[in-house]
Amino acid sequence: MTPLAGYLVLSSLIFTVGLAGVLTRRNAILVLIGIELMLNAANLNFIAFWRFGANPEALTGIMFMIFAMGVAAAEAAVGLAVIIAVYRRCKTTNLDEMKLLKG
Amino acid sequence: MIDALDQIFVAAKHRLMEPVPSRWQPLVSALLSIVPLLMVFPGLFALTTLLERKGLGRIQNRHGPNRVGPWGVLQPVADGLKTLTKENVVPRGAAPFIHFLAPVVLVIVSFLVYAVLPLGRNMVAVDLDAGVLFFFAVGTAAELAVFMAGWASRNKYSLLGAMRAIAQMISYEIPLILSAVTVVMVTGSLSTVRIVEAQAEYTGWIPHWFVMQPWGLAGFILFLISATAESNRSPFDLPEGESEIIAGYYIEYSGFKFALFFLAEYLGLFAVSGMAITLFLGGWHAPAPWLEFIPSWACFFVKLLALIALFIWGRGTLPRFRQDQLMEFSWKFMIPMALVNLVSAALWQLMDCGPERWLVSFLLIATPYLLLGRSLFERNQFFKRTYRFAG
Amino acid sequence: MSLPFVILALLTAAAAMGAMSLRPLVHCVLALVVSLSGLACLYLQLGAQFAGFAQLLVYIGAVGILIVFAVLLTRGDAMPPRRSLVQGRVFGLGVAVSVLGVLVWAISRSCLMSPTLPPAPVATVEQIGDALMTRFVLPLELVGLLLTAALMGSVMIAMQEGEDK
Repeated sequence: MTPLAGYLVLSSLIFTVGLAGVLTRRNAILVLIGIELMLNAANLNFIAFWRFGANPEALTGIMFMIFAMGVAAAEAAVGLAVIIAVYRRCKTTNLDEMKLLKG
Repeated sequence: MIDALDQIFVAAKHRLMEPVPSRWQPLVSALLSIVPLLMVFPGLFALTTLLERKGLGRIQNRHGPNRVGPWGVLQPVADGLKTLTKENVVPRGAAPFIHFLAPVVLVIVSFLVYAVLPLGRNMVAVDLDAGVLFFFAVGTAAELAVFMAGWASRNKYSLLGAMRAIAQMISYEIPLILSAVTVVMVTGSLSTVRIVEAQAEYTGWIPHWFVMQPWGLAGFILFLISATAESNRSPFDLPEGESEIIAGYYIEYSGFKFALFFLAEYLGLFAVSGMAITLFLGGWHAPAPWLEFIPSWACFFVKLLALIALFIWGRGTLPRFRQDQLMEFSWKFMIPMALVNLVSAALWQLMDCGPERWLVSFLLIATPYLLLGRSLFERNQFFKRTYRFAG
Repeated sequence: MSLPFVILALLTAAAAMGAMSLRPLVHCVLALVVSLSGLACLYLQLGAQFAGFAQLLVYIGAVGILIVFAVLLTRGDAMPPRRSLVQGRVFGLGVAVSVLGVLVWAISRSCLMSPTLPPAPVATVEQIGDALMTRFVLPLELVGLLLTAALMGSVMIAMQEGEDK
């Protein structure tokens, strides 16, 4: 296996773990953690392609990773704020118990 | 002669490296850089506990420790023996692994940040290209360790203390980093070594330290206040608050683990003081050209001890904040001032040398300071308190 | 396949699995933090120093602490009830495993995999700063705008209920 393939396999493994968590766990915070894992798997790909791909001096991979990180941070902040607001209303973070269409 | 004294530790390292085969050179070099750090700063910790207790005693008009050894100088040894021999108690409800891990993580993180501090000329463990970023990035892991300690103890006081500590640390981390960013902006580098080099020159007797410029002075004060809050020292010691929540997040720790928390707290204080020296106080440079015969490492440690004395003085004289005052002070005063200071530093960098830029930079900081201070002052009614029932 | 990569990869993958399968919520968060620090070390190992430290600062210092706060504020540190294997769980795991299979198959068949190792590129902080201020200045401004909007939005969302009472 070439080095690049090693990083890509690791990244897809992390992505899959995150996906499995999102699909199987029922706690809203855990679902958010799963999404963070998936985003980070993508970031690892960016860095790996920057390191082993063509034109590393353009820094595109690192730039993409930095912007993805900013977006992920914004997503986490808003997501957790929503979870806290929902918890105040429904007293639960279990996704199966959030059945109200109208708060 | 002067040069030899200045470089004595660097030369000693080279001498020790000579007989080592080239295969083992990197490992031995790393060890020789790390081991002195692991010895000097805990030593300084022992010294500081004594100095602090003596100094606080003097401020509070009492003797301080004076039983062990002459004038009580062996007190740290006695304290160390005491904590080593005490029983290690783990609460039954605690999560044992995390309870054990928290102090370890905290101490490791506190030691890691020393890697980028230049302690003297050519005396830095690693000269990282992104040294300042490394310092703050690794330092943030301390917050998580504090949370681990507070949560794993399964005690309401420790959880309250941990919540307070995290809230305080993230609130004050923003002005801390923003005031460091001004220096990074002016020097154009994140490497601590290059930041120190940028402050090397003198005009007459006056050194070109960043603290000598309006934005640098404001940045230094903001950095120092935030650093006090980051290291949970009085007047920001709410997370520990002995009189309210007993000892905060390390209430359920005893024996050597307790000592580790204590050690980590002081190591964090030294590290952040060292960073303040590197960023604003010219690092290891002597304060005047005719003092350059002093070895660079001695300059650094004298400055460090001076800052520690300042922290002890603050602890002895300032009363503790209230939680809402603490948060308000950070979000409504420190962060806006840090942002204004950033603009001031940018203008300083863009304008030509001359009196105008001093004036502009000074006015840009002083005006918001006065306006902000005045508005907070009036709304919070900090004016003279009237006692309705007493007197 | 160097030894540091193998160690870091195992640590990261194991911590990621722990983050998704442990029962106490706080343990999940701590495992997530370990996994993300493992990724930061992988970035350092790939030579992206700035990216690695930024990862530590953002994910451990900000996102990790944020999730911890959310766990504590929603009283999520109580143990969730143990549940038996339900249909949805099997379905989810099946989907995830098949996605992994497809990805690994695609990677193994890819023509990108040249066995020759290109020389390590350098990315100094200075280069990154230059690029951010010249070629990537518009995305940078947009991310700044997004973060400001997210800050205000999350404050508004989390505050709303308190005002009603």
